[in-house]
Amino acid sequence: MLNQLANTKVDRRDGKLAMAHLYVAFIALAIGGLAGLLQVLVRSGKLELPAGIGYYQILTVHGVVLGLVLTTFFIIGFMVSSVSKTAGTFTARQRTLGWIGFWLKTIGTAMAAVMILLNEATVLFTFYAPLQAHFLFYLGLTLVIVGTWFDSAAIYMKYGQWKKANPGQPSPLLTFMTVITLIMWDVATLGVATTVLFQLLPWSLGLVDTVNIGVSRALFWYFGHPLVYFWLLPAYMAWYVVIPKVIGGKMFSDSLARMSFILLLLFSIPVGFHHQLLEPGIDPAWKFLQVVLTFLVVIPSLMTAFSLFATFESFGRSKGAKGLFGWVKKLPWGDARFTVPFIGMLAFIPGGAGGIVNASHQMNQVVHNTIWVTGHFHLTVATAVLLTYFGVAYWLIPHLTGRIFTKKMNKLALIQGITWAIGMTFMSGAMHAAGLLGAPRRSSFSDYGGAAQAAEWVPYQIAQAVGGSILFLSIIIMLYIVVNLAFFAPKGDQEFPVGEVADNAEKTPMVFDNWKLWVGITACLILFAYTLPLIDLIQNAPPGAKGFKFW
Amino acid sequence: MHLHKFEKIWLIFGIGSLLVFLTVLGVSAFYLGNQPPSCLATIDPEKVDTTAPFNEPGLKKVEGKEWDYELVFVASAFNYTPGEVQIPKGAKVKVIATTKDVIHGFEVAGTNVNMMLEPGYISELVYTFNKTGEFLILCNEYCGVGHHMMTSKIEVVE
Repeated sequence: MLNQLANTKVDRRDGKLAMAHLYVAFIALAIGGLAGLLQVLVRSGKLELPAGIGYYQILTVHGVVLGLVLTTFFIIGFMVSSVSKTAGTFTARQRTLGWIGFWLKTIGTAMAAVMILLNEATVLFTFYAPLQAHFLFYLGLTLVIVGTWFDSAAIYMKYGQWKKANPGQPSPLLTFMTVITLIMWDVATLGVATTVLFQLLPWSLGLVDTVNIGVSRALFWYFGHPLVYFWLLPAYMAWYVVIPKVIGGKMFSDSLARMSFILLLLFSIPVGFHHQLLEPGIDPAWKFLQVVLTFLVVIPSLMTAFSLFATFESFGRSKGAKGLFGWVKKLPWGDARFTVPFIGMLAFIPGGAGGIVNASHQMNQVVHNTIWVTGHFHLTVATAVLLTYFGVAYWLIPHLTGRIFTKKMNKLALIQGITWAIGMTFMSGAMHAAGLLGAPRRSSFSDYGGAAQAAEWVPYQIAQAVGGSILFLSIIIMLYIVVNLAFFAPKGDQEFPVGEVADNAEKTPMVFDNWKLWVGITACLILFAYTLPLIDLIQNAPPGAKGFKFW
Repeated sequence: MHLHKFEKIWLIFGIGSLLVFLTVLGVSAFYLGNQPPSCLATIDPEKVDTTAPFNEPGLKKVEGKEWDYELVFVASAFNYTPGEVQIPKGAKVKVIATTKDVIHGFEVAGTNVNMMLEPGYISELVYTFNKTGEFLILCNEYCGVGHHMMTSKIEVVE
C-alpha cells in the first residue's frame, strides 16, 4: 500500500468531527465506569445504594453507556480520522453528513439516558421484551443507530470518490477495513432496527397490544453478535496497521489482512442463534448450524494472531535478536502506544478461548447467563478492545488537537495499562470462577434464602469488588490523560502511525475491493442461516406477550 | 495468494482442531442426543394456570416414557412454583417449565439444568439427578426489581 498521504495530518475540520465523537466517548467512560464501581461494591454485599437508586438502574446505565455509547462514538471518531488520513479530506457534503450523524447519535443517547435516569427504562442494555420501557428510550436508541447510518454514508461516499480518482488500485488499507466494518454494522443493525421500529415502538406507544417474543429475540441477536465484532474490528485495524508502525516495523501482509477482514464480514452475521442456544422455539439443527458458522470466525482470528506475532518477531530479528524468543526483548515495552494494546492482545487469548466455550452447543449449558459470561466479555471487549482504543487515543487525540504525547503522560499511560491488567485479572478471574459454580450474571447481591451454594460465591464477589475498584482507579488515570492530551499537553506534531507493508509482500489482488461479490456472499449466508427459522418463529408463534414494567 | 509456510502449518493445525472440536459437538448432539432445550411447543402465556401440565406444578411419576418423573415449574415475577421439591436420587427427570409474564431464567446451580423461559413457549430438558444434596434454583435472566430474590430449591434424597 503506497501512501502519498503518509506524512500529512488529518484535516482540522475532519479532526473536529472526530474529536467531538471522542469527547462523548470519554464522558461515557466516566459515567459508565462509576456505575461499574457501584455495581461491584453492591454485589460484594458490603454496600447498599442510597435511597431511590436501583441496582438494575445503574446496571442499565453501565451497559448502555459503555457497551453502546463509548464504543460507537470512539469507533466512529477513529474511523473518520483513519479515512480522512488515508483516503483524503472529506468534502463539505460528506462532513455535513458526519455532523448530522454525530448529533443524531448524541440526541438519541441523551433521550435514552434521561429515560434511564427517570427510572422509565430499567430494562438493561439488551432491553428484552416483554419488559416494556418508555417509548423515548427505544426512540433514542433508534436515533443512535440511524446516526451511524449517516456516518456510514459519508465514509462510503469518500471511499467511492477515492476509487474514482485511483482506478485499478487497491484502496488504502485503513479505509478498506473501515468500509468492511461499516458494511457489517449496517447489515447487522437492520435486525435491531426492524424489531425496534416494527415491534417495540408501536407496542410501547400502545398501538399494538402484544409482541412476538421469539421474533424480537432472533432479530436482536442477529444484531447482537455482529455488534461485538463491530467493537473488535477497529481494534484489529489498530493491531494490523498502527501497531507495526508504532514499533518501527513493517506489516506482515496487506492481502492477508484484507482476507481476514473479508472472512470476519462473512462469518460474523449469520451466527446469532448461539446466543439463543438455551431458548425454546428454535430447532436444534438450526442452532447447530449457527454454532458451526460461529466457529469459522476462529480462522480469521488465527490469521490475525499469526500476522501480529510475525510482525513482532521479524521486527525483533531485524534488530538482531537471537534465539527462539529473543525478539520479545527488542519490542518497545516503554512505549504505551504499543504496550497498552499489547496487554489487550494477551487478554484476547483467554477471552477468545472462553468465547469458544460460550458458543458451544453443550458447554453453553453450564455457563449460560452465569457471571462467567460477564467475565468473558470483560476480557474481550473491556480489555482487548478497550485497551487498544486507549492505545489509539494516546496518539490520536494529540494528533487531532495539535499537541504531543509527552514522556510524562506515556509513563502514566503505562501505569494505566498495568493497573487495568491487575484489576481485570482479579475481577474477570473471579467472575469466571464464580460462574462455573453457578453464580448468575446481572443480579444484585443475594444470599438466596441462605442457600449453601450461594454462600460459596461471596468470596469471589469480594474479589470482584477489589478488581473493580482497581479498574476504576485506572479509568481515573485514563480520563486525566485524555484531558491532558486534549487541552493541556504542549503544542506540537504527534504522528498518526500508518504501517507500510513488508518489502517482500506480494501485490494486493483487486478481488478484495469487489463489493458485489462479498456483500452477495454475506447475504446468501444470512438467508441460508435465518430464513427458515424466522418463518418458523412467525408461523408457529404463540399468542403475543403483553408489556410489563417490573422495576 | 501466497501464504507463508509457518502460517500454512498454523492454519492447518488450527482448522484441524476446529474440525475435531465441531465433530465432537456434532456427535454429542446428534448421536448421543445432547441437544439444548429446544422444545418447540407453545402455550398462551395468560392461560398458564389452566393449561395442563402447568395447572398442577410439581413432581409426578410417569410410566412408559424414557424418563421416570416429570417436574413441572411455573415461573412468574418473582417466584417459582413449586417453591421447593424433593427428588429421589438417581431419578431421570424431565423438567418442564414456562413463564406467566416476562422472560426468566431457570438454572439449577451445580447441575447442567439451565434454560430460558419465555412467554408463550414451553422449555424442556431431561436430567438425571445422581448426587444427593440441596440444589439452588435461581433466575439468571433479569426480570425486574426482585430478580435476585427469585429462587426455589431441589432436594435430592436417598
